[in-house]
Amino acid sequence: MSELLELPDAISRHVHDGDVVALEGFTHLIPFAAGHEIIRQGLTNLTLIRLTPDLIYDQMIGAGCASKLIFSWGGNPGVGSLHRMRDAIQDQWPRPLEIEEHSHAGMAERWRAGASGLPFGVLRGYVGTSLAEHTSTIQPITCPFTGEQLTAVPAHNPDVGIIHAQQADREGNVMLWGISGVQKECVLASKRAIVTVEEIVESFQPNVNSVVLPSWVIDAVVVVPGGAHPSYAHGYSERDNAFYTAWDAIGRDRQAFTTWLDELRAGSS
Amino acid sequence: MSDSPADYAVDYTTDEMMTIAAARALDDGVVCFVGIGLPSTATNVARRMHAPNAVLIYESGCIGAKPTRLPASIGDGVLAEHADAVIGVPEIFSYWLQAGRVDIGFLGAAQIDRFGNLNTTVIGPYDNPITRLPGAGGAPEIAANAGAIIITLRHSARAFVEKLDFVTSFGHGSGAGDRERLGLRGRGPIAVITDLGILEPDPETKELTLTSLHPGVTVDQVQAATGWQLRIAEHVRETAAPTDDELRVMRELKSA
Repeated sequence: MSELLELPDAISRHVHDGDVVALEGFTHLIPFAAGHEIIRQGLTNLTLIRLTPDLIYDQMIGAGCASKLIFSWGGNPGVGSLHRMRDAIQDQWPRPLEIEEHSHAGMAERWRAGASGLPFGVLRGYVGTSLAEHTSTIQPITCPFTGEQLTAVPAHNPDVGIIHAQQADREGNVMLWGISGVQKECVLASKRAIVTVEEIVESFQPNVNSVVLPSWVIDAVVVVPGGAHPSYAHGYSERDNAFYTAWDAIGRDRQAFTTWLDELRAGSS
Repeated sequence: MSDSPADYAVDYTTDEMMTIAAARALDDGVVCFVGIGLPSTATNVARRMHAPNAVLIYESGCIGAKPTRLPASIGDGVLAEHADAVIGVPEIFSYWLQAGRVDIGFLGAAQIDRFGNLNTTVIGPYDNPITRLPGAGGAPEIAANAGAIIITLRHSARAFVEKLDFVTSFGHGSGAGDRERLGLRGRGPIAVITDLGILEPDPETKELTLTSLHPGVTVDQVQAATGWQLRIAEHVRETAAPTDDELRVMRELKSA
């Protein structure tokens, strides 16, 4: 059953140095507040999984939290590059970053396999590309029924999965809606799951594309209004596109980033 | 400029010409897998002009999206608000793209070669990059599994290269027959639309061939912006300039 915790307690209890960690959310509902708490607690040597590293992993990579990144598209959506991620890959700053690179389709299958309790997922993908030459977790497999050559990718089963949702109820069940990415799969595939929510409600009202995750597949629920900022929570907030644009200049420069990081670490929220 | 009737505009940018040419490439009713940026602008112009029944699919899980303004990101809430269905990312790639329900995929790239193979991953060696780019996203499986691919990018010798540093998305490989040999189901690239003109694969060899020049552009200009000896069609067409209507719809959409 999920437990209602404060954010610092949820992170210190469930996330440890060296863990494999996924903070998911496809442009929408990205759990930024939880990522910032991981930075504040100085957690390190993490393997980070996300389809789109986005600003949240750019910040965590720049803060030195990660030793490895598993991803499929590493840009600043609608703006350009993730400069902290680039700096870590190209110039090992602030520390070397190992990368394991996939496509969205492959990452989605890895999540689905993890949620399904299967050792691998299968897809028609990667064939003819250079990705398979550089990523050992992309392997050919022959269909035992038709003989067709397909591609196998191993399941994601991180130590901790973290997502942001709109609502929890008093029993600790969680509901999210709108663009839902791979968050359901992330929670079900992870050994421990933390969900930050906008608010706690008496009962859920059905909504567009509602996804309900029962209390007993979640370890911690944390109330963090605005916890997805600068991404957004459909029905609660708008995406802060100006911050995504402003991040380009902050992320581009080590000094500007360090100033941003000092301010984050000094903040108590 | 072309000797076009009065309703063809004269005041437009090369990027606007590229977007309009891409919009015209979409037939009404087509199911289209759309990325942010130029493809999104082009498909939404098409939906407001000649292709009101085009189905726009965004990889964030939005099927039949009808955005009232251009989305700022792939997961913009405006894509979900008026969509026919909003589903998870694993379903988009498996039930819809992989299963063959997408007619046209739009792709861009940092580098392209003469057979329409694309690089969006890295400039320079993979393990010691000169420039690290965002990477694959949905592109490799869109290139493999969509019915056909339309590529849009600006023409330059840095982008149109003899040899890719990395093959992120497979086009026609090293020529005719390669896609069939690898078991890829889609037809692969059918057009490359740039700010200078349109290239199409030769029906026999699959090598990209210049088939249309945008108004005012010369063959020499296109060759100078291409890093290999470009094949030129026997009869190169002139792309019709954007009409006043096309420009108005596109500009209204961009300022909405």
